[in-house]
Amino acid sequence: MSDSASKDNPEQAEFRQHCRDWLCDNTPAEPSFRLPISALEIMTEEQLTYLKDWQKSAYDAGLVGCDYPVAYGGGGRTNCQRIANEEMHRAKTPYMPNIIGLGMAAPTLLQYGQEELKKHLLPRLFSGEDIWCQGFSEPGSGSDLASVQTFAQRDGDAWVINGHKVWTSLAHFAAWMIILLRTDKTQKHGGLSYFVVPISSALDQGVSVKPLIKMTGETGFNEVLFEDLEVDDGLRLGALGHGWQVATTTLLHERDAGELVTPRSGGMKNAATHNANTTNLIDLARKTQYNGKAAVEDPLLRDRIMRQLIRETALEENQRRTRVPALLEHPARLQLQNKLLRSEIAQETSALALEVAGASASLYLGDQNAPAAGQWPLAYMSTYGNTIAAGTSEVQRNILGERVLSLAKSK
Amino acid sequence: MAQPDDYGFSEEASLIKDSARKFFKNNFSTDKLHRMVADNSDSSRAPESLWNKELWQQLLELGWTLLAVPESAEGLGLPAVAVAGLVEEAGRAAFPCPLLATLNATYVLAACGDSGNAALKEIAEGATATLALTNRTGSWRLQDTEVSATQRKLNGTAWFVQDARKVDRLLVCAKKDTGHSLYWVASDAPGITVHADRIVDLTRDQAHVEFLDVEAEEICEDGLKALEQAFPAIWTMLAADVIGAAEWQLQTTTEYARTRTQFERPLGFFQAVKHPLVDVMIQIDEAKSLVYNAACAIDHEPQRAAEYAHMAKASASETAAFASSRSVQFHGGIGYTWECFVQLYFKRQKHSQLLWGDAAWHRARLADIVLGKID
Repeated sequence: MSDSASKDNPEQAEFRQHCRDWLCDNTPAEPSFRLPISALEIMTEEQLTYLKDWQKSAYDAGLVGCDYPVAYGGGGRTNCQRIANEEMHRAKTPYMPNIIGLGMAAPTLLQYGQEELKKHLLPRLFSGEDIWCQGFSEPGSGSDLASVQTFAQRDGDAWVINGHKVWTSLAHFAAWMIILLRTDKTQKHGGLSYFVVPISSALDQGVSVKPLIKMTGETGFNEVLFEDLEVDDGLRLGALGHGWQVATTTLLHERDAGELVTPRSGGMKNAATHNANTTNLIDLARKTQYNGKAAVEDPLLRDRIMRQLIRETALEENQRRTRVPALLEHPARLQLQNKLLRSEIAQETSALALEVAGASASLYLGDQNAPAAGQWPLAYMSTYGNTIAAGTSEVQRNILGERVLSLAKSK
Repeated sequence: MAQPDDYGFSEEASLIKDSARKFFKNNFSTDKLHRMVADNSDSSRAPESLWNKELWQQLLELGWTLLAVPESAEGLGLPAVAVAGLVEEAGRAAFPCPLLATLNATYVLAACGDSGNAALKEIAEGATATLALTNRTGSWRLQDTEVSATQRKLNGTAWFVQDARKVDRLLVCAKKDTGHSLYWVASDAPGITVHADRIVDLTRDQAHVEFLDVEAEEICEDGLKALEQAFPAIWTMLAADVIGAAEWQLQTTTEYARTRTQFERPLGFFQAVKHPLVDVMIQIDEAKSLVYNAACAIDHEPQRAAEYAHMAKASASETAAFASSRSVQFHGGIGYTWECFVQLYFKRQKHSQLLWGDAAWHRARLADIVLGKID
C-alpha cells in the first residue's frame, strides 16, 4: 500500500508532524454510549455534544479547514487537509458531526458567498459551533433535482420562502441550511437560485422540522417546511437564476469530486461504528461456522470475499491514480466514479456478510447472540442511503455516460 | 519497502507511453491490422502467424524490448510501471508481435541471477523469446511441465506456447531428478518441432512444441523459484495489455453508440446501452489502477507483488470478458460479422482472459495468500 508520507513536500511534512504530535495527546477516548455509523444518524444530544467537542478541539489545533484562507477562519495552507485527514484516521479519532457543513456548504460558500457572509459563517462552520444541513430534495423532486418547487418571492431586499424539503439530514440540530430555491416559475434550470437560510433561529417563525424514520429504525433525517420565512438578499450565493451552477459545486464536493478536500476524520473502533469493509467481513468469516467448518474455508465464499477485496483495493487505487495525471484517460473520469463505487461496493460487501452469517443474519441490534452486535444488517440497510442519496446510482451512471463518454443525454 | 504514491511513474515512463501510443496510431491502424490478420476467413486454412516484421524491427530500434532487461545485461532496467505503460499501448493497438512473450522470458531470466545474464544480453541485442512450461491440460501451476531433462537433453512437449513461431529462443521449464530447471535453447534447434495450434485469436500464434533429445543449456537450477519470482510481472503485463485493448473496445463501442441512430435517437441515449458502457469503463479503471499498483509493487514492495498481481489479473480477466461481450452486442448485426473490427479485439481478449490463469484461478490464489490455504 502507498505510503503517502514519503511524498510530502516540506510544508506537508512539517504539518503532518504537527498533526501527529497533537493527535498523540488529544485523540478523545471512546464514549461509553453508542455512536451511529455516521454523522447523518446522530440521534441524541449526548452523541452530538461528544462529537462537537471533538470537532472544536481539532479545529482549534488547525486540523480542520487547513486549506481555506485565514480570513475565513481557515489555516491558509496548501494541500494539507488530506494530510490531516490521513493522520486523524490513523489516530482512530471519531468522525466530525458537521459533515454537510464541511463537505458541501463550506466549498460552496467560499466560491460564491459574499465577503461578510464568509467571514461570519465559515469559522463557526469549521469549529462545529453551527451545524449545517442541505435543502435540495423535495417530495416531488428526487433524481430530477432541477424541478424543485420551493419558491422564494421577492419582497424588496428580502425574499419570502414557501415550500417543503425532504431527506434533510441533521436539520434537527442545524443552525443553517444550504437551499436550492425557485425564483422564477417560467424556466426550469434558469429559474433556480441558491441561498443559505437560518433554521434553528427560525423554528416556529417560518420553519418547522419534522423527523423521518429510516428503514433501519434510526432517525437523523427530516422534512423541513417553510411558511413565509423571510430572508435577506445578502444570503444568496451566486447570481439570481444561477442556482443550478452553484448547486453543481455543492454536488461535486458531496460526491468527493470537488476541488477542495473535505475535512474528514474517523477510524475510531467502536462496537457500534461498524464499517462495511472486507477487513470486517473476513473477521466475520473466520468466526462463523458454515456447513461444518469455518466460512473462511468454503471455496465459493472465498471467491466472493476476494471479489470484494479486489474491488475495495481498486477503489483505493483509483484515488491514488487520480493524483497521477499521466495515467488518466480523462480528467474527471475517476472522480465521478467515486461515490458510485464506494456506495455499491459497500452494499455488495455487507450483503455478502449477511450470507456468510447465515441464520444469524436475522439477529439485529440489541440481540445478545447477534454477530458483531447486529451491526451487519444495519450496515447493509444503511448502504441504500448511499446508493440513493446525493444522486442515485442510476443518475451517477447517466452523468458518467454523458460527461465522460459523451453519450446523448437521457432526458 | 513502501510504494511511492505516484507509482514511481516517472517523466521517462510517461514519454515512453506517449510515444508508444503515437507510434501505433501513426503506423498501425486497426484497418491495417484487419487487412493483415483477417484477410482470409476460411476456417479450414492452415494456422497462420501473420505479423509485421518491419514494424517490429522499428520497435526493436526504439529499444522497447530493452526496457525490462537489467542494466547489468546491457538493458535499460526500467521499473515495471514504465514497461506496463508500453504494454498497455501495444494492447490498445492489438499489435501482433512477440513483445509480451519476450518480456515474460526477460523477467524469468532476470530472476535467475547471474546465470541468466548471457541470455538477457541476447535479448538486449534484439533476440525474441517465449516461455515453454505449460502442460497439455493447460495447468497454470508453475511446476506442471511435461518436459523432462536428463543429461542436458530435453524430451517431451510444452503446450500453449505463446507466439512460438515469432521467436528466436525458448525458455523451457523441465523436470529433473532433483527438481525443475530452466533451459535456454534456439527455437529451431535440432530435435525441436513446433506444431502450430489452430487458435481463435487472429492477433497471436500459439503452438505445442515437441522436444526430442534436444541439447539445451541449463541456466537455472532452481527453476521454480525463478518462475515464482517472475510471474507477478508476467500476470501484471498481460493485465496491462488487456486494459489497453479494453480501452479500445470502450472507445470504439462508445463512438458507435454516439453515431448509430435507432428510434430517432443515438443508441447511447438509451440507458440499456449507456449504463453497461459506463460499467465497462468502471471495470477498466479498476483493473488499470490495480495493474499500476501491482507493477509498482514489483519494484517497491516485492513481498506483496504476487498478491497485487493476482488482483490485477483477476480484475483484468473480468474486464476482458465484459468489454468484449458488450462491444459485439452493442454493435448489433454488424458486430457479428467478420468484417467488423470488434471481432479482432473480442478474440484477443478472450485469449488473454484465460491465459496464465483466469479470474477465478487468480482469486483462489489470492485467497490462499490473504485467508490462508485450505485442503
